[in-house]
Amino acid sequence: MDDGWYDEAAGPLVRPYAITAGRTSASAGANLDVATQVMTLRSAETTDGGLTPEHLQIKRLCQKPLSVAELAAHMNLPLGVIRVLCGDLIERGVVIVRSPAQRVEAPNRELLQAVLDGLSKL
Amino acid sequence: MVSPSSDDGFDEGADTIPTPVKIIVAGGFGVGKTTMVGSVSEIPPLTTEELLTEASDGIDDLAGVERKTTTTVALDFGRITISPKHVLYLFGTPGQDRFWFMWDELARGAIGCVVLVDTRRLDTSFAAIDFFERRKIPFIVAVNCFDDAQRYEEDEIRAALAVPSHVPIVMCDARKRDSAKLALIRLVKHAMSELPVG
Repeated sequence: MDDGWYDEAAGPLVRPYAITAGRTSASAGANLDVATQVMTLRSAETTDGGLTPEHLQIKRLCQKPLSVAELAAHMNLPLGVIRVLCGDLIERGVVIVRSPAQRVEAPNRELLQAVLDGLSKL
Repeated sequence: MVSPSSDDGFDEGADTIPTPVKIIVAGGFGVGKTTMVGSVSEIPPLTTEELLTEASDGIDDLAGVERKTTTTVALDFGRITISPKHVLYLFGTPGQDRFWFMWDELARGAIGCVVLVDTRRLDTSFAAIDFFERRKIPFIVAVNCFDDAQRYEEDEIRAALAVPSHVPIVMCDARKRDSAKLALIRLVKHAMSELPVG
């Protein structure tokens, strides 16, 4: 058994959901989309008590808005873990989020025109 | 959607948090999805992972690996800042068919999908076309013109893929920014044309 499989490619030795204290869903974070924008509120600067290093890292990274997917990539954590951590931060009023139009509510004409204008200008 | 936390008086940033929009780039393995994402993205394409746990039971074909409880599915994506108010994310779909659940999440609220096809292996894109057609999500077919692949006419490709006439088919070079950009523009125009009138 002890054949040294636990190299870098094997991933972290800490189980991913250890970071969330075993929680795999969070009321506030469960529905966050991969593209949901997360942004730290300036008013949250003094509320670090009880936050884990991962919470604080999100808080730092989201001084400018970042998506859930970008957080997962930058922090090298699964999307599900990021959702739970962001949920904690939403509940504590540390971050705000904005999600894409959901489900039946497809993107509207105004939004599509904005995207079209933006792409054309690239 | 803005979270309830923005309504409690600490919303000084609410006007600067952009609305995210998504476009999906789908297609078979090796067709150039990540290449296309990378050629138009303002950041080098990032990769993230989702863990499959219980959800993989009966889906993941890992017979004899009873103790395996997690699998990861990798997701490549890029980003284009459209304006201070809008940021566009391009997500490449995970190649393996067993990750349909991930496609569902990606497709939710998306503008639509660019289905990339390789004329040498059209069959690898059938699943993606079927997926978006069934869910009535706007999509276009972008033929990634590999240098060594034989060129076909649009109607030949349309017939081979059994794609309805209202679905645009464009020729592109996923490595080229302008070409990838034109495919995205075509998709957004198509999505607008599919909106209900009024």
